Amino acid sequence: MYQYIIKRLLLMVPALFGAAVLVFFLMRLIPGDICDLRIGGEGGYRDLEMVAACRTEFGIDDPMYVQFLEFVWGFIRFDLGTSMWTGQPILYELGLRFELSLQLAIMTTVISILIAIPLGTISAIKQDTWIDYVVRSFSIAGIAVPSFWLGIMIILGLLIYTQAWFGTPWMPPIKYVPLWEDPGYNLSMLIWPAMATGYRYSAVATRMTRSALLEVLREDYVRTARAKGLLEKVIINRHALKNALLPVVTVIGIEFAFLMGGLVVTEQVFNLNGLGKLFVESVINKDYTLTQALVMLVVTIFIFVNFAVDLLYGWLDPRIRYA
Amino acid sequence: MAVSEVQVEAAVEGFAERAPLATVVLGLIRRQPLGAAGALIVIIMILMAAFAEFVAPYDPIANNFEDMLLAPGAKYWLGTDEFGRDILSRLIYGARTALFVGFVAAFVGATSGLVLGVASAYFGGRFDLLFQRVMDVFMAFPLIILALAVVSILGTGIQNVIIAITIPFIPNCARVVRSNALAIREIPYIDAARACGFSHARIILRHMVPNVMAPYLIMITAFVGQAILLEASLSYLGLGVQEPTPAWGLMLSGGAEEYAESAPWIAVFPGIGISLAVFGFNLFGDALRDVLDPKLRSR
Repeated sequence: MYQYIIKRLLLMVPALFGAAVLVFFLMRLIPGDICDLRIGGEGGYRDLEMVAACRTEFGIDDPMYVQFLEFVWGFIRFDLGTSMWTGQPILYELGLRFELSLQLAIMTTVISILIAIPLGTISAIKQDTWIDYVVRSFSIAGIAVPSFWLGIMIILGLLIYTQAWFGTPWMPPIKYVPLWEDPGYNLSMLIWPAMATGYRYSAVATRMTRSALLEVLREDYVRTARAKGLLEKVIINRHALKNALLPVVTVIGIEFAFLMGGLVVTEQVFNLNGLGKLFVESVINKDYTLTQALVMLVVTIFIFVNFAVDLLYGWLDPRIRYA
Repeated sequence: MAVSEVQVEAAVEGFAERAPLATVVLGLIRRQPLGAAGALIVIIMILMAAFAEFVAPYDPIANNFEDMLLAPGAKYWLGTDEFGRDILSRLIYGARTALFVGFVAAFVGATSGLVLGVASAYFGGRFDLLFQRVMDVFMAFPLIILALAVVSILGTGIQNVIIAITIPFIPNCARVVRSNALAIREIPYIDAARACGFSHARIILRHMVPNVMAPYLIMITAFVGQAILLEASLSYLGLGVQEPTPAWGLMLSGGAEEYAESAPWIAVFPGIGISLAVFGFNLFGDALRDVLDPKLRSR
């Protein structure tokens, strides 16, 4: 077990290194740099001396390998540096948005679990009946509906219905307040984007629950349980569902990792100041240090969540042994 | 031609005649009602895109400032946008953009993934290990962010959007295909092919690739839907197809949000278009998976 954990931790190093190489060179392939943008603006006149001074200040005129080594060395020491665009420490910039993105990711995941597991179970039990077809269509529609459009529709619905019922149109608040400071205000802001994306993410998990449960229900031990006269409810809740949840946990885990920083379009629709929006801004501003830090953060979360999911496997299914 | 061959061909033709197309189609509808519905949506969309010039009632690009923001009615079935352009015509032409991006990105992405995945399984060893780690890195990169970087480097426009969408598809398909190809590599006929002195390329392309067609076809249909969604997201963010090209995602940005309250039809219909298209491809892909993958047939 310990050997397995150490091996997995060591395997993270090449993946993180690969991500570092990819983001470093990808960013530098984008034509122009932050100094062109800051001093010249879009296509305007630029004072070449000032541009050169700016490049020296940010170290962009250093040889590529020096810049790369500095970036990697900084990452190893958890020193992410300062944002080239705002001049603030990157940890501060991330801290401002991390809480919102984390809360939104958790809420989205909770909503998608609350939809997926009951629906997937019903669909499996009622296989090939009209209920199954309705649930399957509902979940395939979840993958098909763009969550940003669902977001626009939710906002539109809120505006129209609050206008009709209360006389004044109401919009979700824009400024983020932490959950513990004002739970009502916080939830009235984040519940809508969580619903829009939660429905979408529930779709994959619903389908996974259905197919995993169908497979488990054909196992011998379920037949034994039925033969000894157990209630169908007990068989499903206590015996089948627990084993069927294994692949569902994987799907939910990977989705959670993507939700951190991947909600670029949803944040745009609901005007949320999260990691996704910061990502877009940093790429557009050619803020190398901030983009690099963000990519490394998201990739690290992704790798760790995957790792946690694999460990959870062993706990959920004692037959799995790590070697 | 030898007599026996002619007889065999005649027998095959006779066999084929026994199951006319209508019977096959009816059988499929009965066995896969959802898949048939998906196929119908896909066929309608393809016809709409192919014959847009004949189907669309108005020019999708021409501004008409006399008919701005008109609600759906007899003249404009789905209403007009803030430039007086007919939304139905823009939706019909938009299907062309969506399908073009969807098919090209899905085909190129899945096919590259297919060849790379099979090659990785065939060569094994260090090549496989290294290749898998590179794929891991691409998989860990959130799809939309990779696309964002590609568009920033290459600029906006339909070709660059296709490239941006294709890149993340490659590792996805390569991984699935590789796991299937690993089992095929162990079958003795591959050893036999090697013993005959065939080149690596011939073994991979002629002997292994045809045997992983099922997951490949399933991935392609799934990718078309995903590509349509991604194109819409990128165009919505202003990073994809540019005005005045009719594209569904583009129709949702700008005016759609600005006039959401006074002219909700601008935002409603393109979203329904995107959803219906992706819905159709997903239903069809699901049915295809059931038919092609016998292990899942009972489910």
